[in-house]
Amino acid sequence: MNDKQQNTIRFLIGLGDDSVVLSHRLSEWCSNAPYLEEDIALSNIALDYIGRARMFYQYAVELEGNKRTEDDIAYLRNERQYTNLLIHELPINDFAFTMVRQYFLDVFYCEYLKLLCDSSDEQISAIANKAVKESRYHLKRSQPWITQLAEGTSESKERIQLALDELENFVGEMFLMEDWELMLVDSGIAVDRKNLEANWNSEVQAFLNKSEMCFPDSQLQIRGGRNGIHTEHLGHMLSEMQYIQRSMPGLEW
Amino acid sequence: MNDVISIVTPEFASRKAYRNASVIPALWDILDNVFDPELPGLTIWDLGILQDVSEKNDAVLVTVTPTYSGCPAVDTIITDIETELFKFGHKKVEVKVTLSPAWTTDMMSPTGKAHLKSIQIAPPEKNDRVCCPVCESENTKVLSQFGSTSCKSLYQCNDCFEAFDYFKHF
Repeated sequence: MNDKQQNTIRFLIGLGDDSVVLSHRLSEWCSNAPYLEEDIALSNIALDYIGRARMFYQYAVELEGNKRTEDDIAYLRNERQYTNLLIHELPINDFAFTMVRQYFLDVFYCEYLKLLCDSSDEQISAIANKAVKESRYHLKRSQPWITQLAEGTSESKERIQLALDELENFVGEMFLMEDWELMLVDSGIAVDRKNLEANWNSEVQAFLNKSEMCFPDSQLQIRGGRNGIHTEHLGHMLSEMQYIQRSMPGLEW
Repeated sequence: MNDVISIVTPEFASRKAYRNASVIPALWDILDNVFDPELPGLTIWDLGILQDVSEKNDAVLVTVTPTYSGCPAVDTIITDIETELFKFGHKKVEVKVTLSPAWTTDMMSPTGKAHLKSIQIAPPEKNDRVCCPVCESENTKVLSQFGSTSCKSLYQCNDCFEAFDYFKHF
């Protein structure tokens, strides 16, 4: 297997990790959301992300020559082997935090996946085509929530601001590329996330300004996810997510 | 109540033409007995996810496209396709799930849309102009963007007050 193939697999697993980790976080709201419709909505979005993760993992497995399964990738790697961008793994915190993160990621994915539709790899392009429509729908929901909370009570406004302050340190990493990812950009397979940063910033900033919220431009960029360096939260999350497969190896539904 | 939905989308027209040109129409007909497990009475053909049926040697190859990427119904549908073909004596069946062409609600047949309406699910509409399946009023509002399955959202009619599922245009 050459470098390009190896990097493609690594790239697919990274995208799958982003999705599976966020999906698990969203699923933590199941039965805990503020009211029933919201509970169903968050679980549905979690389901979309699980589907997205499966598409990326399945393709990675195929390229590897079916030496392992998609379940092996999700359940049998530890946190240092996970390569998701850190923003996905942060704990759900309160509802405001969950929605601000979702809004940030929805804006990001709408643009990112749109560009990924033009990937020179047909299967990656097909996955992006499927996923981008879902992200557009998610954005229609997360965006009004931010307005509603930011223009709501003093408490909801304060919670949105706290979420913004916490998340600012993790936004930078969304637009940083590792060298091996850049190699794939050159061959037309991947998208350079760096190019999305200016538009993302202006869109989010303009939107937040409408509700008189501000998103401070952080100098601190916590990074490491794509290389397996995580916050302390991921290990705890995986210990729960992987518990059954770890304690009863090979168990199937 | 007008249950006839006659608008044929270009996407459906091309599926229909493809099916009509098939040299093995009997196999397509067998698959008209396979239904979406979450939408009783709606066949996978009418839903628009059945893309191709072919025969190679003594094996049948069926191609479907999933609706939503995380839709758990896919696994059940694969089993149902196999079971139905086994029933008709086909011993080797392979079901391929492909992402391209990406499924859209425009692939749904007019019969499928009429069926949805008959079980009080508002069929997908371009521009999401949702019509109440009970009283036909266009004066409706969203209750929740997500409903009982990935493909539906929850609406209410402002005229007859009925709450109903809307099959999202996708």
